Amino acid sequence: MDVLWLSRLQFAMATMFHFIFVPLTLGLSILVAIMETQYVRTGETVYLRMAKFWGKLFIINFVLGVVTGITLEFQFGTNWSRYSAYVGDIFGSLLAIEATLAFFLESTFLGAWIFGWNKLSPKLHAACIWLVAAASNISALWIIIANGFMQHPLGYVLRNGRAELDSFFAVITNSFAWQQYIHTLAGAFALAGFFVMGISAFHLLRHNETDFFSRSFRLGAIFALVFSLLVAVQGHHHAQAVTRIQPAKLAAMEALWETPKPGEGAPMYLLLWPDEANERNAVEALGIPGGLSFLAYGSFTAPVQGLNAWPKEERPPVLITFLSFRAMVGLGTVMIALAAWAWLRRKRLQESPKLLRLLPYAIPIPYLALQAGWVVAEVGRQPWIVYGLMKTADAVSPVAASQVTFSLVALTLLYALLGAADITMLTIYARKGPKPA
Amino acid sequence: MLETIWFLVWGILWAVYFVLDGFDLGLGTLLPILGKTDTDRRTILNAMGPFWDGNEVWLITAGGVTFAAFPTAYAIMFSGLYTPLMLLLLALIIRGVAFEFRHLRDCPYWRALWDGAMTIGSFLPALLLGVAFANIFQGLPLDSQGIFHGNLLTLLNPYGLVGGLLFVLLFALHGAIWLALRTEGELHHRAVAWAGRIYPILGVTLLGFVVLTVPFTGLLRNYLTNPLLLILLIIPLTCFGLLRREIQQGAGWKAWGLSAGLIAGLTLFGVTGLYPNILPSSLDPAASVTVFNAASSTKTLSIMLLVALLFVPIVVLYQVWMYRTFSHKMTSHDLTHDNAY
Ligand code: HDD
Ligand code: HEM
Ligand code: HEM
Repeated sequence: MDVLWLSRLQFAMATMFHFIFVPLTLGLSILVAIMETQYVRTGETVYLRMAKFWGKLFIINFVLGVVTGITLEFQFGTNWSRYSAYVGDIFGSLLAIEATLAFFLESTFLGAWIFGWNKLSPKLHAACIWLVAAASNISALWIIIANGFMQHPLGYVLRNGRAELDSFFAVITNSFAWQQYIHTLAGAFALAGFFVMGISAFHLLRHNETDFFSRSFRLGAIFALVFSLLVAVQGHHHAQAVTRIQPAKLAAMEALWETPKPGEGAPMYLLLWPDEANERNAVEALGIPGGLSFLAYGSFTAPVQGLNAWPKEERPPVLITFLSFRAMVGLGTVMIALAAWAWLRRKRLQESPKLLRLLPYAIPIPYLALQAGWVVAEVGRQPWIVYGLMKTADAVSPVAASQVTFSLVALTLLYALLGAADITMLTIYARKGPKPA
Repeated sequence: MLETIWFLVWGILWAVYFVLDGFDLGLGTLLPILGKTDTDRRTILNAMGPFWDGNEVWLITAGGVTFAAFPTAYAIMFSGLYTPLMLLLLALIIRGVAFEFRHLRDCPYWRALWDGAMTIGSFLPALLLGVAFANIFQGLPLDSQGIFHGNLLTLLNPYGLVGGLLFVLLFALHGAIWLALRTEGELHHRAVAWAGRIYPILGVTLLGFVVLTVPFTGLLRNYLTNPLLLILLIIPLTCFGLLRREIQQGAGWKAWGLSAGLIAGLTLFGVTGLYPNILPSSLDPAASVTVFNAASSTKTLSIMLLVALLFVPIVVLYQVWMYRTFSHKMTSHDLTHDNAY
């Protein structure tokens, strides 16, 4: 394999791994903050124990988010140096701002929270976890604004052989980036809801600490339901933005090859299997006439461009983008159904053993949906690294393939071991339940 | 002008990173020597516990500022130093994880595994950062396209290796003093004793490094044209001289301050000597990456300066609060609370 492929593989592996841990950080920090605030307000020790138990799981998860984040920060320079030199004027400052505004806040106050149980007043201690929660969400904002620039570059001029900043305001108010941000956060919050529900269900089924876990369950269920709905509704709007801004990605998401005749609208097929080699679909059944046009533009006859409108080398990989999109939407639907069921049953949990048995196994669902969504966004952007501005192939560093092979193998092995150890620890501590009161 | 300000900020960020994470890296390196029992080792980890992550963010920020203010330098430096940087990353990853994982299971083999990870994950970054900076001072084999003509072995030249050793010793001393500050009793005495042992070895290495700097690097150029700047060398050397007595007297906060002054002073001495280069080329001086040919646009530099002026003071304030709240002398109580490492 050449350097380009190895670098793409490494970047994909490293970001996807980082994003196993980040979404739980984003959502669970808020849930723990809510629990601790309840304790400060009511003085009921059950909330204190909740903050400690879920907080411990939060910390075990957090550490891998932190150590894998540094890899990403370095990788722009190590593996995509031509990209870094070309858009660094804009992109670099966003990363620097992220560190200054978010990472300092997050790491400092997490340290204070972990070590401050007996040193800080309860109010100050609760404030620390709120700061951690705010900081993680601010960090996500800046990194997604950076990604938003790659998806939909704005506010730059081409000068001195590179993209230079023209309007900082345009860069940070990029509506595409804000949509991505809301969509990603909603997904992450739903994920945290499913995480808390799943573990609570495991204990409720065993009649373990019923009061403790019923309260946790209810909090998780509200999060899961509200944010599963939000992510789907908002995702629909987001898809409309993709139609306008990256039409080739949308065509790949839906495996639409031919541009329909004017006035005819693009159909949507429930059963579909793209055949990339022959530029057509091998299976196409159960069509809704004009369905895709309606989803993309809100009108059954709006024109949608098919993949054949672009030369082969300007199209994203169709099969991966298509399958990932279907997976995300399908899993999102399952999430809404499960969250609604859980919410309806929230007051009669002990009479719903089926639900309780199912929910622990539902924890991976939002994880898979989030990963699938990012694959749509990133693979669907290909062959561009910055849409319309720079191709991925022109972005890669002038390093030797042997160097990237070494780092790819080393990172993959290390990540696999650490990931397995972390998930094992999470499982052990989650099963053990809270310390006796 | 803006370029020069950012170059200064860049140097200061590295200095702050070395001062703060330096004691973590040094203490991690000394873990097997200072920590005889499990309790000792837990005390050592908890002595850095509340701080290490906040300290490491200074590295992320230094990297981020290189990217933001000097994107061309970031691109050339990070791709040129690909393998050492990847090793640095792997090391920092296992170090970070070791803090959290070690205490999760009460099994001696598990704990020994993470103790090892802590030691390697602390020693290697200290060494690699020293080697990297010494090589930057010396000049990297860069052609006019900014392509690096060399490999890991190119970097392991005599001056690079002395630089690596210097960083390891500087950080080890700094870490031993930190432990002395935060402990009482036997562990405290052991830390002071080791600080006393490292001191003379550091002295010899420091002397060697400064002497070798004259033939191996172009750093002195700026100091010859502007001798007043030599104060940047005199300050750290004075700190080093005064440090001896403070260590003998039990290594208190004054010792830590002097050791911090030594590290920060040396860093700023090197960085100031580089100016206006960020990455001098050893192949062709004209191919050097300078503050001016690598900088971001004026607009980006101004906006970044505004952000830095607004937010860095806030960061400093809360980090100072953090250090004041959590750097008391530790007692057994610090090891028994729920989240202790
Ligand atoms: C729990 C996770 C989750 C769920 C249930 C959904 N999504 Fe999603 N989706 C994401 C998590 C996500 C994500 C991982 O967060 C992405 C990747 C990039 C982004 O901004 O969000 C994403 C990307 C993404 C994109 C591509 C954005 C781009 O190209 O930048 C579209 C068009 C949608 N989503 C649309 C939807 C629709 C119509 C859904 C209906 C159910 C849906 N998503 C459910
Ligand atoms: C955490 C969620 C993310 C995931 C799971 C993810 C996933 C991926 C994947 C799968 C690729 C490989 C695409 C291909 O080569 O076919 C990729 C590429 C890339 N992504 Fe992301 N990404 C994420 C977020 C981001 C963000 C926030 C940024 C920028 C700030 C970013 C920048 C890049 C870059 C520079 C590449 C390499 C060039 C390329 O292949 O186009 N990614 N990502
Ligand atoms: C591909 C680009 C990305 C880069 C360069 C990056 C960089 C980093 C770095 C350096 C850290 C460590 C901070 C510390 O030490 O405290 C980190 C952690 C974190 N990152 Fe990322 N990140 C990326 C993608 C993302 C995305 C897409 C999100 C959010 C949606 C995100 C959210 C976070 C959060 C919340 C943390 C805190 C630690 C944790 O995960 O538990 N990152 N990231």
